[in-house]
Amino acid sequence: MLDKTLAELAQGLAAGEFSSTELTQSYLDRIKAEDGALNSFITVTEEQALSQAQAADQRRAAGDAGPFTGLPIAHKDIFCTEGVRTSCGSRMLDNFISPYNATVIENFNRAGAVSLGKTNMDEFAMGSSNESSFYGPARNPWNTECVPGGSSGGSAAAIAGGLVPGATGTDTGGSIRQPAALCGITGLKPTYGRVSRYGMIAYASSLDQGGPMARTAEDTAIMLNVMAGFDPKDSTSIDKAVPDYTLTLNDSLKGLKIGLPKEYFSDEIDPQITAQVQAAIKEFEALGATVKEVSLPNSHLAIPAYYIIAPAEASSNLSRFDGVRYGYRCNDPVDLEDMYKRSRGEGFGEEVKRRIMVGTYALSEGFYDAYYKKALQIRRLIQQDFVNVLTEVDIIMGPTTPHPAFKLGEKTSDPVAMYMEDIFTISLNLAGMPGMSIPCGFANGLPVGLQLIGNYFAEQRLLNAAHQFQQATEWHRQTPAR
Amino acid sequence: MEWEAVIGLEIHAQLATKSKIFSGASTAFGAEPNTQACAVDLALPGTLPVFNAEALRMAVLFGLAIDAEIGYTSVFDRKNYFYPDLPKGYQTSQLFHPIVGTGHVDIELEDGTTKRVGVTRAHLEEDAGKSLHEEFPSMTGIDLNRAGTPLLEIVSEPDMRSAEEAVAYVKKIHSIVTNLGICDGNMSQGSFRCDCNVSVRYKGEEKFGNRTETKNINSFRFIEKAIKGEIERQIDLLEDGGTITQETRLYDANKDETRSMRSKEEANDYRYFPCPDLLPIVIDDEYVEKLRSTLPELPDARKARFIEQYQLSEYDAMVLSAYRDLSHYFETTANIAADAKLAANWVMGELSKHLNQNDTEITASPVSAEMLGGLLLRIKDNTITGKIAKQVFEAMWAGEGSADEVIEAKGLKQVTDTGAIEAMVDEVIAANKPQVDQYVSAEPDKRGKMIGFFMGKVMQASQGKANPGQVQGLLKQKLDALANS
Repeated sequence: MLDKTLAELAQGLAAGEFSSTELTQSYLDRIKAEDGALNSFITVTEEQALSQAQAADQRRAAGDAGPFTGLPIAHKDIFCTEGVRTSCGSRMLDNFISPYNATVIENFNRAGAVSLGKTNMDEFAMGSSNESSFYGPARNPWNTECVPGGSSGGSAAAIAGGLVPGATGTDTGGSIRQPAALCGITGLKPTYGRVSRYGMIAYASSLDQGGPMARTAEDTAIMLNVMAGFDPKDSTSIDKAVPDYTLTLNDSLKGLKIGLPKEYFSDEIDPQITAQVQAAIKEFEALGATVKEVSLPNSHLAIPAYYIIAPAEASSNLSRFDGVRYGYRCNDPVDLEDMYKRSRGEGFGEEVKRRIMVGTYALSEGFYDAYYKKALQIRRLIQQDFVNVLTEVDIIMGPTTPHPAFKLGEKTSDPVAMYMEDIFTISLNLAGMPGMSIPCGFANGLPVGLQLIGNYFAEQRLLNAAHQFQQATEWHRQTPAR
Repeated sequence: MEWEAVIGLEIHAQLATKSKIFSGASTAFGAEPNTQACAVDLALPGTLPVFNAEALRMAVLFGLAIDAEIGYTSVFDRKNYFYPDLPKGYQTSQLFHPIVGTGHVDIELEDGTTKRVGVTRAHLEEDAGKSLHEEFPSMTGIDLNRAGTPLLEIVSEPDMRSAEEAVAYVKKIHSIVTNLGICDGNMSQGSFRCDCNVSVRYKGEEKFGNRTETKNINSFRFIEKAIKGEIERQIDLLEDGGTITQETRLYDANKDETRSMRSKEEANDYRYFPCPDLLPIVIDDEYVEKLRSTLPELPDARKARFIEQYQLSEYDAMVLSAYRDLSHYFETTANIAADAKLAANWVMGELSKHLNQNDTEITASPVSAEMLGGLLLRIKDNTITGKIAKQVFEAMWAGEGSADEVIEAKGLKQVTDTGAIEAMVDEVIAANKPQVDQYVSAEPDKRGKMIGFFMGKVMQASQGKANPGQVQGLLKQKLDALANS
């Protein structure tokens, strides 16, 4: 039963083929046996998982089960979980037991989901390889010498490795889509404001968005049904009715207009990736879609703009980690300043400190207009690019990443090379629109991701297109050798 | 050359909302430390602010009351700095787009003229918590109950030229915010506090001198003293050839002096930027006009009405119009007594004296407006004299009942029986032969003054109860008869 999708497991539970308790125990056993090699979990919550599974079984016995009741998932360790360590991949929060639940966690709890634990991630979601985690990097199940991508690398690795059928992630510059691509799974970054950010530890508030990661588009739709919705506790969440994302999965793609931005098909991309993406586009044409070239002329400005806006917000968001109320505090501070400096100096890792420094600099008096304000102007240009193109086409497609998974340590000494891995994903966070990555082939034995981008609140259309592609192909069914 | 002070003020008025500006925690004062701080106030990881619309209503009301431009789109910004009682490491405030823009208030000067003081802006922000240094030796305690309490920071133009003008301005703002019911105005609890920016220059000069900012002064008297002291300090320093350093200073009420806290060089770069967790607040004309229709009568309008309706003097009208509760008390009393002047005298005299001496709010006065009105009626109908009335007031203050009950119980009714008064007058004349002789031998135009002596004696003899008009009439009649005989 362990290699089934969430949709298949839901059927099995409903048909009484197995109980949630049996299912949960099997996954826990597999995590115990195999996560040593993947390091995809920071915390496995065995006891809570089994008690949630029992509750789900009782709920089912009482005839009160919903579509998600009893399904096991995992949560990125960025979502605050009551009574459970919520580390955000950082030494700073290694001792932080959250006293409250994030809204996303609440939503899954209410649906009767079982949480197996908290997955590994880049520290405070800052990274594209999972290597900045205080708990060591998660590894790519397709090749454990390779990174799983980041920052939601633990969730992607756990799903690809068969340790969990679905998991939550967050995406600030590609942190759901890029690891999904590198691990050969399906990941969706919803429209900004579609999923509540309450209780999701902030990296860059205007860009952060939680979303589902799973093996298939159908599974991400099932998860998004639980995750999405207006939350009065998050002023940036949007009060708009949530459709049942599974209802439109089987709509025909006849007449679907696909745009291919010429900027996403340059020579700098691994030719094997370009070939796989082009083959996938052909598949969409076979399904009835039409294709045209489009242009996103400001794409090249996305990375510089992102690396002003995100660090600026982060430098402020991470000020609360000061050693005063919770989290890491240095030993024997001599005075207040010493406590601040050493608690933060010792509690944060290199990449986090780098971004705090960059952000602090960008917001400083005399630099604000040249950096932050200009970056916001660029952000509007990039957003306008997408708005323009999406009046001509329904979905923009291209590669999720320029390269397949790279080796651990390969890019850690060159932050800019690491940042470039997000070149196709980052602009979407600046624009606020939804995007997906789905598996579309292999390059040197490593998965390749196809990115689908839609207009605001076009999640249904993206999921429909992805599902139809997956009905016609087998890429999402490939699993690494165990 | 003559010196001139230039003063601008920043007033922090705590808005009287039930819950905090960005969380549902209570704003009540005086609870056990950290019992009114929820996950948002503690800045737990992942928590987000939600703006309290009641704070918006209050801020817009203030803007309307000072005839200010209203910010139809206002934006919260983050002011970043580290301090242990600032849990998020930033204060959410409004720098670039405040809710209230340029406005003004008129203040009354001692010479009877009024002066217009500009208000640059007023913006919404959250208060910080409190650091407690005394309770924990060698450590600092943090109480976050106050963290997130809504503040309206009201920034004036540098329009004031003396400590007296500054205090008049602060009092005017104080009376406006309390009249609007948007701030309890309690200065000792810190609900209304003031930062004073002071500089000096030669009179006639255009350029401002270097200014200092004295922070967090929480009484009218301290504001006056701190500003006076700071003006003197700056003039002394400049006359001795020194220069003024732009710096932040603290007022020490015990020593009555200001001292340096930090200089401009040590000042933070606050790295303001728009808060990405909060959407811009957008309001429309309909919202503003609806609020305008709820504006209560404000002190300036009320003062004009008091002069018109009750023929009060400028001064009496200003004092009695400043606070809603005081105004209401006065009007209730005046209407019962049907004598505004008498009511004004009693409210500003006996009542105010008792309230001040006992540190009592007018709303908690043991003598209600209705009770005072009843007392004044008894003066007007000659049941008691003004002098006895003070005695009755004391008894009412002590909880001995209404004016009529006290008068009855203590037998304080005025004596108006002509026979009884005549007997007392005759007795006094008989007992004070030398003074009678003086009266008789005095020039007729001097006699009027001399009658006071006899008045006093008769009133004394009657224990104050004799009707003074009758006493005076009889005395004059009888003494003049002796003189003319």
